[in-house]
Amino acid sequence: MKFLPLIWAILWRKKIRTVLTLLSLVTAFLLLGLLQAANSLFSGGTLNLNAPLLITQARVSFTNPLPLRLLPQLEAVPGVEAVSYSQFFGGIYQDQKNFFPVFAVMPERWLRVFSHECQLSAAQIEAWKASRTTAIVGRRLADRFGWKVGDRIPLVSQLWPQKDGSRAWAFDVAGIFDDRTEESCPRMGNMYIRYDYLDEARAYGQGLAGIYLLRISDPEKALAIASAVDAMFENSPDETKTQTEKDFSLNFARQIGNLSLILNSILGAVFFTILMLTGNTMSQAVHERIPELAVMKTIGFTDGGVLRLVLAESLFLCVLGGLAGMALASVTMRVLTTLPTQFPPMHADLNVWLFAIGSMLGLGVIVGLPPALRARRLNIVDALAGR
Amino acid sequence: MKTILVVTWMNLQAMRNRIGSSLVIVVGIAGVVAVLIGMLSMTQGFERTLRGTGSDGRALLLSAGVLAELSSNIDRDTLPLLQALPGVKRSAEGRPLISNERVVITELRKGEGKQRAYVNVSLRGVEPAGIEMRREVKLAEGRWFQSGLREIVAGRQTQQQFNGIRVGGTLAFRGSVWTVVGIFESGGDAHETELWTDADTARSAFGRPGASSVLIQLETPAALRGLKDAVSRDPRLQLDVTTERAYFAAQSQNFVEQIGLLTTILAAIMAVGALFGALNTMYSAVSTRQVEIATLRAIGFSGLPVAVSVMVEAVALAVSGGLIGALISYLLFNGLTVTTLGQNFTQVAFSFAVTPGLLLRGLIWALVLGLAGGFLPAIRAARLPVVDALRAQ
Repeated sequence: MKFLPLIWAILWRKKIRTVLTLLSLVTAFLLLGLLQAANSLFSGGTLNLNAPLLITQARVSFTNPLPLRLLPQLEAVPGVEAVSYSQFFGGIYQDQKNFFPVFAVMPERWLRVFSHECQLSAAQIEAWKASRTTAIVGRRLADRFGWKVGDRIPLVSQLWPQKDGSRAWAFDVAGIFDDRTEESCPRMGNMYIRYDYLDEARAYGQGLAGIYLLRISDPEKALAIASAVDAMFENSPDETKTQTEKDFSLNFARQIGNLSLILNSILGAVFFTILMLTGNTMSQAVHERIPELAVMKTIGFTDGGVLRLVLAESLFLCVLGGLAGMALASVTMRVLTTLPTQFPPMHADLNVWLFAIGSMLGLGVIVGLPPALRARRLNIVDALAGR
Repeated sequence: MKTILVVTWMNLQAMRNRIGSSLVIVVGIAGVVAVLIGMLSMTQGFERTLRGTGSDGRALLLSAGVLAELSSNIDRDTLPLLQALPGVKRSAEGRPLISNERVVITELRKGEGKQRAYVNVSLRGVEPAGIEMRREVKLAEGRWFQSGLREIVAGRQTQQQFNGIRVGGTLAFRGSVWTVVGIFESGGDAHETELWTDADTARSAFGRPGASSVLIQLETPAALRGLKDAVSRDPRLQLDVTTERAYFAAQSQNFVEQIGLLTTILAAIMAVGALFGALNTMYSAVSTRQVEIATLRAIGFSGLPVAVSVMVEAVALAVSGGLIGALISYLLFNGLTVTTLGQNFTQVAFSFAVTPGLLLRGLIWALVLGLAGGFLPAIRAARLPVVDALRAQ
């Protein structure tokens, strides 16, 4: 610790070089923070989907709606606490770029399955139950478009025309629900309309329930319950596939492609570059100071002491730049979260920080070690003679 | 002019003495250019696949107001009305060339281990006219499906990208077993990532009568207008009419916009990092050349040739980095085939396309970075105080 002022002074010897190196490190770690947070989001690390929920979809595809008549059988499965069904509405608000998911559900069922995570005031629940053309929306979605309770939201359904052929629907916001758990809950970006209204008003598709959501009492039994459900409908036209909500979402992300491969390749390129750059800076910095290091050895610094000093300098540089970069990444993500986008909020969780700090230390050692060893080997007489 | 050339040439020859720090520019810019070209070649490939699907000579009819076949549903009572529309081409035997197609989605498995996913793949029920009028579609293996049997002909990409698709193989869905009886190719367009079966088989197996879309062979591409007018005049037909090509071209727009924006942001952040690296290298190059530069100035050279030599060094390094990056991205990505989720909510296979245009774009980024990275150090070199610089040694 007592050498900290010394290291500080050494670093600022060549101001431009240190500033530029630090700035490169900052951009590298800004990218690392953003890419790793995205990576962790797509691999499910930060998805807050640990509720004991199973999703039962048609085995052929979740886009193929299951009929409503499976409901009593699903409710009778031991271990299933509550069942809700949810029909995708395919609504577009003003422009298709504004995409957000809209599901048609029955309020009582939805509340039984989701009220552990989503909070809606008693008055708003009553309002939703009272009128069939109402809807509830998640806080994040409401903020995105500035909706308030009582607003009328026009939607154009891609999937369901009304009986007169029109695709224009409108729903009154009866309530805005909050998240009881964490703010990363993906449901906060959804809208829920009433199934009974949709089913009566749509031109076709009556009796189609969509997918089923099963709340189970014991998360440990998820696998057993899922197989029990699927066994019931085997070899029927309505074969089912049941999995946890988390697996369902992860599979959904994987459909987009091998994202982690792309993200990791970019990270690799960034790291290789920053390794070259910082390595070059460190080797220059030590090269210029050879006579100084010799003097330090002359006045009693041991070989090991010199090695540690150079290593500490390199670590200090990498950690300083790295922390600044990560701080910038965190700020960027916070700003992105407040922007009106359809992307779920990203944040650098513990794993991302551990990875980043590990990278800073690793980088510091890798680029610091060769010049540090060189400094240790330094022969006082030769160095002072400039040989 | 001659002095500029001489000083620049001298400097370029001396560059090998600072090869380590020069590599920083080369590697940094190679990274930026490789990432830029790599990601752009992805959007380019996707766009190329979708724009290459369909024909201007065929009209596609969807329910009014929908964006994709998946959400379209045309009532079965409507279908006979379409045969009387103007501009519909007829076959040699006088049948109208119309295919009422039902598109449903099935899940296939892709990949192994941790990356294993169940992905959405379109199952398209086509009528004989649909195969007849799509002249780009050619049977590559096996035979076509028979009407009324649960038989499938898979696109070439479906076979290559997903597990378990081969002639003679079976797939199980909707409570029955389907046999793959053939493989078709269609020039790498979006249909190659589909499964095809008989339209009536698809309708009955999925319990969905009617059609998702109707494909019509036009007598001439110009007949589209007449067809459109006739559809809009008939109140029984709540349909949108476009050319098949325009429909597929529109499907790539969102993807291209989103990935394009992301690419620019990423590449820009990387470019800023590389720029700091380049500045660092060039400043240190100038400081290494301090004595040389001061000597040149002392014996009468002006600042200009010195500044130019610094700029040329930076640009030369940057452009060689750009070339390396372009080469890397070409070797790694060109022709690489991947699949992603398209507008229709189903997988589309496409190949990365590293085009000359993209390579040029990468090199322009490299050039700009080189110029920007060399500019300030060049000014410093030109202004170096001669006496101090010589004394420093």
